[in-house]
Amino acid sequence: MALSKSDVEKIAHLARLEINDADIPLYANNLTNILSFVEQMSAVDTTGVEPMAHPLAASQRLRPDIVTETNQRELFQSIAPQVEAGLYLVPKVIE
Amino acid sequence: MLHNKTIAELSADLHAGEYSSEHLTRIFLARIEQFNPQLNALVTVTAEQALADARVADARLKAGTAGPLTGIPLVQKDIFCTKGVKTSCGSRMLDNFIAPYDATTVAKLRDAGMVMVGKANMDEFAMGSSNETSFYGPVKNPWDTAAVPGGSSGGSAAAVAARLAPVATGTDTGGSIRQPAALCGITGIKPTYGRVSRYGMIAFASSLDQGGPMARTAEDCALVLRAMSGFDERDSTSVDMPVPDYRATLNDSIQGLKIGLPKEYFGEGLDAQVAQVIDDAIKQYRALGAEVVEISLPNTQLAVPTYYVVAPAECSSNLSRFDGVRFGYRCENPHDLLDLYKRSRGEGFGPEVKRRIMIGTYALSAGYYDAYYIKAQQLRRLISDDFIQAFKQVDVIMGPTSPTVAFNIGEKVADPVTMYLSDIYTIAVNLAGLPGMSIPAGFVGKRPVGLQLIGNYFAEARLLNVAHKYQQATDWHGRVPPGLE
Repeated sequence: MALSKSDVEKIAHLARLEINDADIPLYANNLTNILSFVEQMSAVDTTGVEPMAHPLAASQRLRPDIVTETNQRELFQSIAPQVEAGLYLVPKVIE
Repeated sequence: MLHNKTIAELSADLHAGEYSSEHLTRIFLARIEQFNPQLNALVTVTAEQALADARVADARLKAGTAGPLTGIPLVQKDIFCTKGVKTSCGSRMLDNFIAPYDATTVAKLRDAGMVMVGKANMDEFAMGSSNETSFYGPVKNPWDTAAVPGGSSGGSAAAVAARLAPVATGTDTGGSIRQPAALCGITGIKPTYGRVSRYGMIAFASSLDQGGPMARTAEDCALVLRAMSGFDERDSTSVDMPVPDYRATLNDSIQGLKIGLPKEYFGEGLDAQVAQVIDDAIKQYRALGAEVVEISLPNTQLAVPTYYVVAPAECSSNLSRFDGVRFGYRCENPHDLLDLYKRSRGEGFGPEVKRRIMIGTYALSAGYYDAYYIKAQQLRRLISDDFIQAFKQVDVIMGPTSPTVAFNIGEKVADPVTMYLSDIYTIAVNLAGLPGMSIPAGFVGKRPVGLQLIGNYFAEARLLNVAHKYQQATDWHGRVPPGLE
C-alpha cells in the first residue's frame, strides 16, 4: 500500500512532529517502502503463536513501598528551557 | 608504543609502577587531539576531568587499593548519561543537555577507577547502521576514511580502532556493537538482555537495548564486561544473577566445542570475499579442535521486517518524552502548546528518527495494531524459538557479522530499507535477547571482516573463551590501521 500526503500528515500529527510540506513526498515514499518491506510478515501463519513482548519471561519485580529518591527539583529544572517559581512554563493553554 | 597495548598489558604496567595513569591519559589525549579532527569519532573530549581522575587513580595504585581497570582510559558512547557532561545521543534534540545524573554503567566504570577521556559520536538516538544520522556528522572508518565505521556505536568502534582509547562502551539494539566492531576490525560483545543495566542509557527500544564493551581483544572485553555487569534495582529488567569472572575461563579448552553454522547466514546477499574470510576462520576453529555442524534458523528472513515494527513501536513511545518542556531542544516562539510540541520535535529530530517514530506511531495506531505490532511479536517468538532449538544441538553459533565490509559514506543514505538490511545477521540476536560478539577475522582489501559468535542465554563467559582461543592463534585483532601505528 502507498501512503498518501494526507496519511503522512495524519501520522505526523499523531506523533506530534512538524514536517515541512516540501519533505512530505519523500517521507511518503520512504514510509511506503518500509511498510511494504515489513509486509512480508503477513505471509506467515502465526495462528496460536503467543506474542513475545520481551526476551526474558520474567514478570516485573515490585519493590518495597519506601522512599528512595530525594527531591532534586532545582537540579532538574536547571536544564529546562523555561521555568518559573519551580514550575515548567509552556504557552498559555486556558484563556 | 603504549597506545597499542591491551588493557591487560597496561594494567600490569600501571600496577608495576612502570608509568602513571596520568602519563597514559596524556598519551591518549594527545592522540585524540591529533587524529579526532579527521575521524570525528568523539563529540566531547573531557581532558581536564580525565587528568583529575587519572591522578586519583594514581593515588589508588600507590595505596594498593587499585583494581584491574584502575587508571585505564575509556570512551563512553554519548548515549550514556554523564553527570555534568553534555550527553547528546547524537541529536540536536539533546545538543544542550547536560545530564544531571550518571548512568549505572558510567558510575560502575568510574568506581572501578577507569578514566573517561571523552564521549563517542553515534547515530542519532542509536538509529542507524553507518553513523551518518548523527547531528554531528559522520564518523570516518580508520581503515579507510572513504568508508563508514558502521553504527550506531560507530564513534566508539573508530576510537578503539584508531587507538584513541583502549576501550569504549557501546549499545546494541539491532547490531550496534557488533556491526561497527566488525567494520572497524575490533572486538565487541553484546551481553544477554538484562545483564548490563539500562539505567541512564537513553532508551531507543527498551526490550532490545543492551550495553556492552568494545575493545581490541576478548580478554579486554572480559575485564570491562565484568565491571559493567550486575543487578541494578533502577532497571526494571535487570537480571539478578551473579557475575562470573569472565577472565578466569578465557583459556578453557574448546576441544570438542560444537559450532553451528546457520545455512541461512551463508546464502544470497553474503559477499563472496567476506564468505571466504569466514570460511577461513571456521577452518581455524576446526584446527583448534572444534566440531562444525550445519544448522538452520528457518525464520532468519523475517528478523529484519519484524525488528522494523518492534523497534520503531518502542521508539515512538520512548521518544515521546522529548517534548520541549522539561529538557532538551525547544523551538523559538511557539504560538501554542501543540506548536511547541510539533516544532520542537520536528526541528530537534533528524530524518531517520522521524521516520522511525512515524512507522512506530502508524504500527501502534487504532486499526493497525494487530496486523503490525501483535504480528511482529508473534514472529519474534518464532525467531527466538529457532535459537532455542539450535542450542539443543550446538554450543555456539557462528557466521558473518555483516554481509559486506564497510560501505562508502553516502552509499546507502538514500534508501532506508537497503541500510536496514546491513543488519540482517545481527538483528535476530536482539529479538531473542541472546549474547553476541564480533571478532576480527581478516580483510577484504583494506576493510576488516568480523566473525559473529552467538551464545545461549548468559553464556558470555563461553563466548569470550571461544573468542580468546581464536585470538591466541591469530593476529587479526592486533592489526593497526595505516597511519595510526
